[in-house]
Amino acid sequence: MSWRHAAIAEVRPETAHAKTLVLDVDGWPGHRAGQHVDIRLTAEDGYQAQRSYSIASAPESPRLELTVERIEDGEVSTYLVDEARAGDEFELRGPIGGYFVWHAGLDGPLVLVAGGSGLVPLVAMLRHRRAARDMTDARLLLSARTADDVLYRDELAALGAGDVAVRLTLTRAAAPPPEFPEAWTRRIDRAMLEELGPAPGTGARIYVCGPTPFVEEAARLLVELGHDARSVRTERFGPTGG
Amino acid sequence: MAFTRGFRGRRSDVDPARLPPGQYETKDFPVLSAGPTPHTPLDEWTFTIDGAVGASRRWSWEDFTALPAETLTVDIHCVTKWSKFDTTWTGVPVSALVEGTSPSGEHVVAWSDGGYTTNLPLADVLDGKAWIAHRYGGEPLDPEHGGPARLLVPHLYFWKSAKWVRGLTITEHDEPGFWEGYGYHNHGDPWKEQRYWSD
Repeated sequence: MSWRHAAIAEVRPETAHAKTLVLDVDGWPGHRAGQHVDIRLTAEDGYQAQRSYSIASAPESPRLELTVERIEDGEVSTYLVDEARAGDEFELRGPIGGYFVWHAGLDGPLVLVAGGSGLVPLVAMLRHRRAARDMTDARLLLSARTADDVLYRDELAALGAGDVAVRLTLTRAAAPPPEFPEAWTRRIDRAMLEELGPAPGTGARIYVCGPTPFVEEAARLLVELGHDARSVRTERFGPTGG
Repeated sequence: MAFTRGFRGRRSDVDPARLPPGQYETKDFPVLSAGPTPHTPLDEWTFTIDGAVGASRRWSWEDFTALPAETLTVDIHCVTKWSKFDTTWTGVPVSALVEGTSPSGEHVVAWSDGGYTTNLPLADVLDGKAWIAHRYGGEPLDPEHGGPARLLVPHLYFWKSAKWVRGLTITEHDEPGFWEGYGYHNHGDPWKEQRYWSD
């Protein structure tokens, strides 16, 4: 799979720790919602570093967008979030991954369970659904530390006001934020997933993405609730990732 | 290739001879898997060698863990770019399990609880190259990391080291496994950076 030239067209702050890089990629072949890319940065002395990032944009978007969360002491994410600006260049290849993907027209309700920046590949699915004017029953549960850590906050509120069931839980907040008055303020649990629905046996396609302890717990609870383990697709962000 | 303005990177003091191209060292042990972690009770657990082997062989957990095991310390390399050095495993060499069968194929499919599969050349799992590991760092292998037992093939990218492994099926034809069917490299040698199908 060949490396392509990528140039940053725009940098969009999302939270205090995350930015979206809007990219022009030479000869980009297109992607499916849920896929990721590898990027490779080259320092002036030839030193290179590679990392993987999920694609945030819908396949319909004119430009490829990656949302990068800054990892303390990270080698690449600190550069991308603190330093990178429009006009900067690196290499990119992909799209990568064919299992953790969703596209309009698939049967069954779409259930998305995100922890923190695990939201990125899942928002690509919701953006694709909207761009394709798909009517699939879609539900999102996002767990974040505080309201200020919620990626795409305005967009999620707008989706929630539309036809997507958007539920939020904040693990380090005392009260729900104004635009999500029904937000929970605790760690993910069985009652939350039950309320998110739909019930097991409805053919839901379930996508879980986040840090490992979150994914382990969410996937375990979904199976315990009675969802078929084969309908639960997981993707994880390790504690590293730099 | 254009340089990335302002990127200096963090030169680690890692011995470059230990780090395959495109990898970086991590001290953590990240977890990757495509679905929920299965929890098979040990009294239902078996390990099977079957396929093109003449008579198949099967072990219960009790019999399996009574087999002579080896303890080894190796570096592991994940296709998602992290490498972890000096990981210590205890497991049964695959050669010992295949011994006593008559393989008539040159390929292997490792299969796991949860439906995961991965394919390897038989030669890549014999002669001290692969183990069925059931202990990590001297402790029983954690389910998150593939316990009760996982395949350990440290010379290939770590997706080949199937978690929750329950058997090896010897095949006459090469049959792509789970990730191999989704665009990952058929062989997966980290030193040749064989990440994706066309690498």
